[in-house]
Amino acid sequence: MRHKKAGRKFNRTPSHRKALLKNLAIALVKNGRITTTLAKAKTLRGVVEPLITLALRNDVHARRQAYATLGDRTLVARLFDEIGPLFTSTGGYTRVVKLAQPRKGDAAPLAIIEFVKQPAAKSEAGAEAKEEA
Amino acid sequence: MAVQQNKKSKSKKGMRRAHHNVAIPAVIICSCGNPTVPHCVCPSCGNYKGRNYVEQA
Repeated sequence: MRHKKAGRKFNRTPSHRKALLKNLAIALVKNGRITTTLAKAKTLRGVVEPLITLALRNDVHARRQAYATLGDRTLVARLFDEIGPLFTSTGGYTRVVKLAQPRKGDAAPLAIIEFVKQPAAKSEAGAEAKEEA
Repeated sequence: MAVQQNKKSKSKKGMRRAHHNVAIPAVIICSCGNPTVPHCVCPSCGNYKGRNYVEQA
């Protein structure tokens, strides 16, 4: 039984789940806002928000820890130099809002996850770029 | 294993299924005047809590 076991499994193996959340985190840092299922958006908060906290620390070790998730130096630079400086206090960096229309095909409830403060330069591009996952 | 002795009548079947109803979704009227689902981005205007999330064509 699942009693008191937290977390979502997404019907995937641990490595598959890790890859999924890594891909979603990369998409969110890249675009600033993505549309995905509600469950994935809620789980993604627990992956991306610690990345912002790393960006607030802003030292070489923190950058390498972020690189372990993002796997791309340009994305780490974007996280630390563009997104991180927008935030000062800890926590609450992302916002999840539900969409009224479920996904066609499997009627999965959809949601938008975005950074509470959008980087100014790419906010226009982030609004139109959407990641279906 | 216990097995039923008699076939259930159409009436009994109907009485059992009287409560098998589909939930009626909650509907609210968005500030744009169109019906939408509570706590969700309005599909008509793309707004939720004063912010625009989905651009309308």
